[in-house]
Amino acid sequence: MPSGMYFTIVLLPLLVATIVGLFGNRLGDKASMWITSGGVLVSMLLSLVGFMEIAVYGKPAIEATLYEWIASGALSVSFGIYIDKLTVLMLVLVTVVSSMVHVYSIGYMADDPSKPRFFSYLSLFTFMMLALVTAPNLVQLFLGWEGVGLASYLLIGFWHHKESANAASIKAFLVNRVADIGLILAMLVAFAVFGSVAFGDIFASAQSVAGQSMNFLGMNVPVLELFALLLLFGAMGKSAQIGLHTWLPDAMEGPTPVSALIHAATMVTAGVFLLARMSPVFELTEIALMVVAWVGALTAIFAAIIGLTQTDIKRVIAYSTCSQLGYMFFACGVSAYSAAMFHLFAHGFFKALLFLSAGSVIHALHHEQNLFKMGGVRHLLPITYGLMWIGSLALAGIPPFAGFFSKDFILESAFMSGTQTGYSLYIIGTIAAFLTAFYSFRVLFLAFHGTFNGDKETFDNAHESPFIMTVPMMVLAVGAIAAGMLGLPMMDTAWWNGSIVIFENIHVGVVEAHNSPLLIKLLPLIVAIAGISLAWLMYIKRRGLADKMTKALDILYSLSFNKFYFDEIYEAIIVAPIRSFSKFLWQKGDVEIIDRFGPDGVAELTRRISVTIRPLQTGYVYHYAFVIILGMLALITWLMV
Amino acid sequence: MQDVGLTHFLILAATLFSIGVVGIFINRKNIILVLMCIELMLLSVNINFVAFSTFAGDIAGQIFSFFILTVAAAEVSIGLAIVTVLFRNRGSIEIEQSNLMKG
Repeated sequence: MPSGMYFTIVLLPLLVATIVGLFGNRLGDKASMWITSGGVLVSMLLSLVGFMEIAVYGKPAIEATLYEWIASGALSVSFGIYIDKLTVLMLVLVTVVSSMVHVYSIGYMADDPSKPRFFSYLSLFTFMMLALVTAPNLVQLFLGWEGVGLASYLLIGFWHHKESANAASIKAFLVNRVADIGLILAMLVAFAVFGSVAFGDIFASAQSVAGQSMNFLGMNVPVLELFALLLLFGAMGKSAQIGLHTWLPDAMEGPTPVSALIHAATMVTAGVFLLARMSPVFELTEIALMVVAWVGALTAIFAAIIGLTQTDIKRVIAYSTCSQLGYMFFACGVSAYSAAMFHLFAHGFFKALLFLSAGSVIHALHHEQNLFKMGGVRHLLPITYGLMWIGSLALAGIPPFAGFFSKDFILESAFMSGTQTGYSLYIIGTIAAFLTAFYSFRVLFLAFHGTFNGDKETFDNAHESPFIMTVPMMVLAVGAIAAGMLGLPMMDTAWWNGSIVIFENIHVGVVEAHNSPLLIKLLPLIVAIAGISLAWLMYIKRRGLADKMTKALDILYSLSFNKFYFDEIYEAIIVAPIRSFSKFLWQKGDVEIIDRFGPDGVAELTRRISVTIRPLQTGYVYHYAFVIILGMLALITWLMV
Repeated sequence: MQDVGLTHFLILAATLFSIGVVGIFINRKNIILVLMCIELMLLSVNINFVAFSTFAGDIAGQIFSFFILTVAAAEVSIGLAIVTVLFRNRGSIEIEQSNLMKG
């Protein structure tokens, strides 16, 4: 049974998560760590086998059902797998990054007292993510979608004694919930329109409902546009697109391996995966695609601008993730789903690498995350330094690293789509590429070059991370180098074998991408090099320049430094009113009305009645007996008369 | 002289039962007396059983009366045991003083 292997890939992480979650304390730290890591490593090897089968040898897609999950009237939802090229690509990415992060965490979390809990959460996350990418229908996808959200919540708040970590985990969960409404509504629309939530059924009948419209919130809207926009709204939350991105930088409160796995390489890409999976639907829409493109482009530039000025090493990388996700969205928006998936795949490796390198620096400097308290540690951390170079070059888009190919492909597809939007997106994307190169090398130069700015004791104790941490990083570095070249065939839509649908006669960008003018092809590379040079100039050659520029561009700087005041605006217009309204409901509604007449009132009434009738019970047996007799007499009288 | 009929037995039983009930109510002193009154009530019920059984021509009622007697004996022994414990604990078996079970 060929599907058995794929079920093993998905379910093995769940098994190890359950074992370690339930019996972790009895198994001990060491056993817990190796059981979970081993389980996920086996999953990874099987995924690679699966990748060979489906993607390299081109076997047809596999669909199999484990069991029927929900059967209610016309609704039938199965728990199963749907394995096509899109899925195996995600399987490889998820399991490779996850197993590397598992192994890395053995070193990184060495001092932590609750390792079994951490590792079982990590494995649980892996299972949920795998259930998401292998889902054959929207409901199972939603299960994984919520499951990864839960795991993310648990892991961001893993250090629960830190108040900021608790706040960040709740924020992440709530912001995601807002977006999940979109996905839930999308499922309902799918069921209402297609009568099914299975992808196969939706894709089969998408074409036939293209002209229809339905009533939504009192408006008559075309069904497919509505469906696509709701999906987009769901995807925006998970993938931290502009407006719903605020949780991602805060999520950095969690342990760094978590940031690498969940908040860079895998979970946040679920939104992009959803868009690519739903390409047969999105291809039939016009407005929705346009919205996707603009949301992505705005996120790309906006997050990149914020990334310029942040001082926390992990936050810079977090905003960079946000920005790169924006790239993937706008690639989907110009119908270059293959480019988006290619970038997703490449980005997963080099971003995980960057995060793990940052984690290695943080680990070496006793949990110091402020860039301006680092510096000059390149001789102490030579391996990390080298790996960080690879990651940064890949992120900046310098050949032959992964980011170069995928980012260029996206930008060229945008340019060659030949529309006004396409040109604007190309320009925005290129500016973002410049900023990306600048801030990624700003991190590198600030952390590793110059002089050390923290206290002397930390510097003296700084040490290279153990092999258990550096080896996974090297594996990811190999991925970051190789993914770009290995992924080149993905640029051909035919490679996807129907798992991604692009109407190439309408959306020409992705086909024509190779034929773009030389200048268009080279421009992203040129601006990337310019960005790196500027970073070098400002942070190595003339350190004073950065301060001067800060002063000169005061308003822009504070806008960027304060993240465009998104958190403050949300606090003022959403959080504060809700909080005061809740307080009103609590103090007036709950305490004054419900409690007063509800539980408290009933209790008081009962007490008063009891006090009144209590003397009836005298304690004398003959009183009771007398009452019994009286009652009996009364009963007999009543029966006889 | 008129034959002794079912009615006479029932009147006798009702009388005995009433004596038992009244005994429980007007006796304020002694728990042993209460027990004896309860016994009296039980016996009156037994008389009913036997009388009905005889007049209905069914022997089952008389067999039941034996069971009732046995159960009553057991019940009395338990009752007396409780009284003994009560006396040991409180130094008195006066009913007036046994009124802790009240609201």
